[in-house]
Amino acid sequence: MSLKAASASKELILLKDRITDFSEQVKKLSSIDFSQCYHCQSCSGGCPFSQAMDYLPNRVIRLIQFGQKEKALKCSSIWICVGCDTCAIQCPNAVDISSVMKALCRIALEEGYVSEPDISDFHKEVINSINRYGRTHKLEIMMRYKLRKRDWFGDMGVGTKMLLKRKLEFLPSRVKNMKEIKQIFEENRM
Amino acid sequence: MALTLKDVSYFPGCSLATTAEENNHSMLELCRKIGVNLVELKDWNCCGSSSTPSINDELAFALGVRNLSLAPKGIPLLVPCPNCIVRLRQSLHKLKQDEKKRLSYEEKWGRPINPDLEIINFFDLVDGIDFLDFSKNRKKRLQGLKFVPYYGCMLAQPSKLKEYNKSYHGVMEKILSSLGGEPLSWPYNSKCCGTYLSVAKPDLITPVVNEIIKGAINAGADCIVTPCAMCHLNLEVRCNLKTKIPTMHFSELLSLSLGTDNYEKWFLKHLVDPKPIFQSAGII
Repeated sequence: MSLKAASASKELILLKDRITDFSEQVKKLSSIDFSQCYHCQSCSGGCPFSQAMDYLPNRVIRLIQFGQKEKALKCSSIWICVGCDTCAIQCPNAVDISSVMKALCRIALEEGYVSEPDISDFHKEVINSINRYGRTHKLEIMMRYKLRKRDWFGDMGVGTKMLLKRKLEFLPSRVKNMKEIKQIFEENRM
Repeated sequence: MALTLKDVSYFPGCSLATTAEENNHSMLELCRKIGVNLVELKDWNCCGSSSTPSINDELAFALGVRNLSLAPKGIPLLVPCPNCIVRLRQSLHKLKQDEKKRLSYEEKWGRPINPDLEIINFFDLVDGIDFLDFSKNRKKRLQGLKFVPYYGCMLAQPSKLKEYNKSYHGVMEKILSSLGGEPLSWPYNSKCCGTYLSVAKPDLITPVVNEIIKGAINAGADCIVTPCAMCHLNLEVRCNLKTKIPTMHFSELLSLSLGTDNYEKWFLKHLVDPKPIFQSAGII
């Protein structure tokens, strides 16, 4: 080996040496092998909401590869991702990035990091609605969400238009066998 | 011509049951005309929507499994909502790999769960049908209607669901042009509408929606056609352009193409009135 090559190899950071508890945890929870990502950035170029993210999608993957737990859990990108899978389709290695993002959201909540409360609060209201009725009651979700945010008048125009067109129902549509729904929620720690 | 109706079980989901009722009704009417009797899944629950996987993955799985457990034997389950179908297919995918879990749910609920259930979307149901056969005198009723197809993002399956990786692009153009409609090309075919960020981050979604609608207007379209109830809602409620064009559910256009008296009821649900474009094209 020439001297030059030897010094270059010293500077290489090998991902296999960087396997951390955190990267293993994400791998397990998402069932996705993100070590396949070689950062071609197709995902970041294609993501329709990257403009609202603090870390581009491939950089979130990089953070996990390097075990940068706190940065990964605190970033807004994991919440902004809606799971449209544009990235996974464009990825040459078909890395299912949105599943990784969702796994990161779950770890972030468990560890008390919530960088985008607007989005996580919305998710919680949707889940509360399913818990109450077995189905989503959109009017109530919107009202409770506004209450949580203390934002009384934002979106009044859209809400009124939807009500007038009966796009929002006053009464919820319900599952009859709520016993099964309650049981599902109890067994899954909600 | 008397048709023997073929039963297909179907999962409407929360959107089709409420915000997109017009999608539901036009689809039910259309299916009867082409010989398909849609039987609503008894006592279905929410698929878990986009929210549960970000908060509690096991909960998302269990909500999906309960729906699968309600599916009648021997017939496919149609899931017309592109969001719900991803959730239900993901639950089925997980269920196939975990027999122990399946058996425990079967015991808990006292009903069998078919791990090989066939879950189909609306395109699987209508692709390959010659709709002109069902149009009186083979009349091409959509003549004069220019549209852009908007598939949205959800019809693409996450890469781990490879068994469902099938491209549906072109199906709406093929069917609607056989009925006289004129598809136009444009660059927003499968651009994501932003789904639930429309509630949590409306300021982020309005420019995206405006760009899509401007794209349709620039292409010279009379309307946008979509198979996705979520996309339909976002395009309608988040657009704040002065000039707007209507967004139609694919099922509404198909029903109109076969002749229907019920369109007034569906049009009432639209925030952008579709009536003028259909009147000027002579379709209604």
